[in-house]
Amino acid sequence: MLTIKILGSGCENCKRLAYLAERARNHLGLEAQIVKVTEYPEIMKYNILSTPGLVINEKLVSAGRVPSESEIVTFLAEAVERA
Amino acid sequence: MTTLPVPSVKSDAHRNYLLVLLSMVLWIFAYSVIQPFANWAAYRALNLPQGSHLGDAISFFLYDVPKIFLLLSGMIFLITILRTFFSPERTRQLLGGKRQGIGNVLAGMLGIVTPFCSCSAVPLFIGFVESGIPLGVTFSFLIAAPVINEVALALLFGMYGWKIAGLYVVSGLIISIVAGLIIGSLHLESWVEDFVWKMVYRAAEDDSGKLTWNDRILRAGEAVREIVVKVWLYVIIGIGIGAAIHGYVPVDALTGLMGKTWWSVPLVVLMALPLYSNAAGMFPIMVALIEKGAALGTALAFMMAVVGVSLPETVLLRRVLKPKLIALFIGVVTLSIIITGYLFNIIL
Repeated sequence: MLTIKILGSGCENCKRLAYLAERARNHLGLEAQIVKVTEYPEIMKYNILSTPGLVINEKLVSAGRVPSESEIVTFLAEAVERA
Repeated sequence: MTTLPVPSVKSDAHRNYLLVLLSMVLWIFAYSVIQPFANWAAYRALNLPQGSHLGDAISFFLYDVPKIFLLLSGMIFLITILRTFFSPERTRQLLGGKRQGIGNVLAGMLGIVTPFCSCSAVPLFIGFVESGIPLGVTFSFLIAAPVINEVALALLFGMYGWKIAGLYVVSGLIISIVAGLIIGSLHLESWVEDFVWKMVYRAAEDDSGKLTWNDRILRAGEAVREIVVKVWLYVIIGIGIGAAIHGYVPVDALTGLMGKTWWSVPLVVLMALPLYSNAAGMFPIMVALIEKGAALGTALAFMMAVVGVSLPETVLLRRVLKPKLIALFIGVVTLSIIITGYLFNIIL
């Protein structure tokens, strides 16, 4: 099972990213858990300068922008292949 | 699992380049016909006499709405393309090792071109100060990034021309540099929350150089779509107000109230502070202010106060700054905006 983490303090972009990640997951029919990380000390462990950040299985795949649903699908597919 | 339905992105690249080219041609064509069209619609189709208030107002509206949308889309597209070459990580590297002074100037300029959302203020702040960028230089960046807003820039350019748009950028830069220098010279490291200094920041990955042109175009197109969807109503209302007031109210009727009286600048800035809006949301108000005869410096100060000091960003920054530093930050920025407003009212 994949773990998808949304890094961000809960602003609009983070919510949109979480929504798109959920759609991408459902689109692929994957079993994946979506976790929202909102505390800064925890967020900074992934060495990002701008939120929202998208982490799949502990790997940071995007930061500072909201990737499109199809991009997230690609990220998830790559993570599945690695796993 | 090899049967995952992954959409192909790369095969679309050539189609996207063609689309950009086509849009450019259409853009130029549209831009060249809106004035004749607006005149035709107002004076011929509606048969309103030229020089009449209603005719001029309708012609103004029909010309300005498409013009502003064209300029807004074109400028957001170009600015977003430019911004794909910068990333917060790259800016951090460029600012590393810079001293007060030159560092503040550079930070202000990078604040214009670095993609930034106020919700990122905290990670950015931590990453900057942790990697040794002076506090004042970090603040210059954090002030310039929201104060010089691309939507506001495009709207000002469309409505009032490049001189006003240029003044806006220059004043935003001056405010960020001066405010950063003041905060930096006070050596307030102890006014930052202690946990910030205990964190470890390792350089993040910088993908700004790895993007293909197709990626940059896709991001720019997405930014245009997103912004137009978000602001179109405000823009139409703003231009509507402009058209309605234009010519109806004697231009200097309210100059006494909102013009160059000494208290008008601080009044509008204090009014603007608690207002939280995107740059487009304040656009109708600013058009009304200017059309009602407010001095330009006053109107610009109002706008910068709305976009530059926002409550959500302040609340976020409170997590890393002690209340004293938050208060100083707001105070210094507010004061700088007021002084810039005065400055423009004097020289314009």
